[in-house]
Amino acid sequence: MAKWEVVIGLETHAQLSTAAKIFSGASTAFGAAPNTQASAVDIALPGVLPVLNKGAVERAIRFGLAVGGTINRRSVFARKNYFYPDLPKGYQISQYEIPIIAGGGIDIVSPTRGPIRISLTRAHLEEDAGKSLHEDFHGMTGIDLNRAGTPLLEIVSEPDLRSSEEAVAYAKTLHALVQWIGICDGNMQEGSFRCDANVSVRSADTEKLGTRAEIKNLNSFRFMHDAIEFEVRRQIELIQDGGSVVQETRLYDPDRGETRSMRSKEDAQDYRYFPDPDLPPLVIADEWVARVKSEMPELPEAMQHRFEEQYALPAYDAVMLTQTREMADYFERSAADFNGPAKLVANWVLGEISSGMNRYNIEIDRVPISSHQLADLLNHVHDQTISATTAKGFSETAWIEGFPSDLDAEIERKGLAQISDAGAIDKIIDDVLAANPAIVAEFRAGKEKAFNSLVGKAMAASKGKANPAQVNAALKKKLGR
Amino acid sequence: MIPGTIAELSKALRSRQLSAVELTESVLGRIATLGPALNAFITVDPEGARAAAQAADARIAAGAADPLTGIPVAHKDVLMTAGLRTTCGSRMLEKFTAPYDAFVVAGLKKAGAVQVGKTNMDEYAMGSSNETSYFGPVKNPWNLDYVPGGSSGGSAAAVAARLVPAATGTDTGGSIRQPAALSGICGIKPTYGVCSRYGLIAFASSLDQAGPFAQTAEDCALLLNAMAGHDARDSTSLPRPGEDYTRLLREAAGAKPLAGLRIGLPKEYFGTGNDADVAAAMDAAIAEFRALGATTVDVTLPNVNLSVPVYYVIAPAEASSNLSRFDGVRYGHRAEKYTDLLDMYRKSRAEGFGAEVKRRILVGTYVLSHGYYDAYYLKAQQVRRLIAESFRHAYERCDVIAGPTAPSAAFRIGAKSADPVQMYLNDIFTVAANLTGAPAISIPCGFDRNGLPIGLQLQGDYFAEAQILNVAHRFQQATDWHKRAPTLAGKTGSLPPEGAE
Repeated sequence: MAKWEVVIGLETHAQLSTAAKIFSGASTAFGAAPNTQASAVDIALPGVLPVLNKGAVERAIRFGLAVGGTINRRSVFARKNYFYPDLPKGYQISQYEIPIIAGGGIDIVSPTRGPIRISLTRAHLEEDAGKSLHEDFHGMTGIDLNRAGTPLLEIVSEPDLRSSEEAVAYAKTLHALVQWIGICDGNMQEGSFRCDANVSVRSADTEKLGTRAEIKNLNSFRFMHDAIEFEVRRQIELIQDGGSVVQETRLYDPDRGETRSMRSKEDAQDYRYFPDPDLPPLVIADEWVARVKSEMPELPEAMQHRFEEQYALPAYDAVMLTQTREMADYFERSAADFNGPAKLVANWVLGEISSGMNRYNIEIDRVPISSHQLADLLNHVHDQTISATTAKGFSETAWIEGFPSDLDAEIERKGLAQISDAGAIDKIIDDVLAANPAIVAEFRAGKEKAFNSLVGKAMAASKGKANPAQVNAALKKKLGR
Repeated sequence: MIPGTIAELSKALRSRQLSAVELTESVLGRIATLGPALNAFITVDPEGARAAAQAADARIAAGAADPLTGIPVAHKDVLMTAGLRTTCGSRMLEKFTAPYDAFVVAGLKKAGAVQVGKTNMDEYAMGSSNETSYFGPVKNPWNLDYVPGGSSGGSAAAVAARLVPAATGTDTGGSIRQPAALSGICGIKPTYGVCSRYGLIAFASSLDQAGPFAQTAEDCALLLNAMAGHDARDSTSLPRPGEDYTRLLREAAGAKPLAGLRIGLPKEYFGTGNDADVAAAMDAAIAEFRALGATTVDVTLPNVNLSVPVYYVIAPAEASSNLSRFDGVRYGHRAEKYTDLLDMYRKSRAEGFGAEVKRRILVGTYVLSHGYYDAYYLKAQQVRRLIAESFRHAYERCDVIAGPTAPSAAFRIGAKSADPVQMYLNDIFTVAANLTGAPAISIPCGFDRNGLPIGLQLQGDYFAEAQILNVAHRFQQATDWHKRAPTLAGKTGSLPPEGAE
């Protein structure tokens, strides 16, 4: 495979998070009963006309700013003409020659090439089609037009990607970004974020691009990876066997792990694009762009650098905490309320909080410990009221019973206050040493780990409440260290 | 029959000499008796009309009447009318009931006009003779063997025969003005964007405009007042402040009411292609304008001869896309038997659309297709710009432009249907105003040797509706062509004489 180069470009359709559709006032909310969210405009009754939703434009502008693209001050809506039952007008309103966004780029970390910038060709506004449901209708197809007219931003990358891993890294970064800037909810199960991959191969020593195949229906990152891998192998084998790749659309079948041709000669579909005469050109004033820019949230990369500086965090922590804006906000709010070093908060967010999120499969907004409660908990450790172990206990319990509304009262009620009294600690240690002569002997014999074992026993004996630092110091003293 | 213009009838209604109910009954009676011979109506709604008439009377009694309250109006069947069948003159929508009112329909309702029914039209507004309707051709009230013009032939015939004092039409390439000319009445196409297109079943989106038919320019102005206005549901609707289109009409006239007006006469409009009777009628009309104080200026519109080919590229292109929604899936005609999706599409559309519609869809698809777009559609749009430039230059030297509305008076039914291109040339004087978006009105100015009406077209610059209405009005104060109505007497194929209702 060394003499082959893989060339991939991704086309992504992100559903924009407006409450209403792009050209009608109907709701975009997911999950409604079929055909209950399709207005006269959406079902293309005779005589109806499209009216542009400014919220969709604003979200596109935000995207253009976030990727460093050009916001075209004048762009044009065009009709893409084809017949299909889930496309009520018989054309889709899209943008063709003059899209709203041109250029821009997404920075990713390639497993093979390190940090690279993937260029974008363009991003444009268009409307989504309805849904065709082929099961459940006894050989017929059910048409649900609720989705028809939902605003989409179609984001097209240059064919800069060179592996399935890079494609996934790009898709994941883009997925995080559109959620970060609040333009798309990124829910791939609900179809909010859909990727098609254009894949071709070429000899490693040529400039000329090979014929590409388009793979649709990649609704998870895993499928994207597997589909691209299969397609690359298929194309290479095909060429090696003396055949040639046909430009076509293919569907990924996850059950069989293969791509299959979807359309053949109909790929030469002529959409007869022309500017939509029902919509004037979209003119965007400088003031609008300036206002959107001023309201832009801090972007992930800038925030990462700031976290490293402001909170003295290592790069790894900064990257992990900025996976989502919600997590970054959680961390910052918590750190603001915490009296100690932010690193401790970071440890807890990336440790206890994150593992709970994974275990219970929830997002940070549903975590049973608020950022304020976390800060409060850690403050109690910081001022020695409770031990770190006790704090962990509260955290673990919170996932099952919730976090106590009055932490102090709960500490008192359960008698969890940290034992910092020297006398009490001495007593605990004396008891531990007396009860574990074998371990003491091991320690005396030079086994360092025995010390930790004794610390553990002391902590256990105190039900985790003993001040660990004091236990350590006292144990050292008693053992003559 | 209760005769009268809208202005006259409105006065009678408000002074309680006449009730809206009486007027509506008279209209309904006349439609029932004379309508079928003309085939002017596709749907008549007596119940709805009577209810609206009663409401109008109540409003008049309460002193809350508008000039149009109680005035019967017929709507071209291309406009959506809530609860009433709306067919577009096509089998495709033969059984379709509109679930909402078009903007212009609602505006007239709000003014208290009494909606009586839907008028016949060329299918999907594609035609210049009202011969392509699925519901059969409309007859010219002046001679039933002749066409009334199209595509708004039913509305024009209904007003010409005095079945209704008011009707609406739509104009994409001349479909208000040309039938107004051929039927001997007034019809105006406003500036593009003045009347909202919401509820106007789209033929060519960048060209379509709704407008009124009536006996006089003054009546047209009254109707336009109720039809015009900004509509947020139409992105091409202009957000301009409301305008009273009658305001110039009320100004005191002197002996020379058109003093200071420069009327441009384009040499391209007065060539040898015009019928001799049309040329003579033009000469007489121009003499009349001069007598009223206007001066004439020779102008030239260098690119206007390209109007028809440009129109017949752009209009079909937009239509081919606009008519894609008529696919048998959600509403409209669906074939009874089909084997799969493609078969369903093909059969439904083959059965639902007539020949002219299919012809234009094919042409439109072709000029938008890959490899031809640049040479046809794009080029046509560029030439469209040049045509607009021609007019702009002309308006530096004149205020309004005058000429014949059509190169000849009405022709016999069937005379031109064998050659579509011959039919298209009927639009030669009218399409430019659709391409540029400027306003234009047609008013009667004479008759040809066969006794068929001849129309004069006045064009103005953008938003000059009030001005061209005024010029037309002053002409009508000094002449009586607009008062002529078909005699409805004796010849084979003519309407039965008055009194025989």
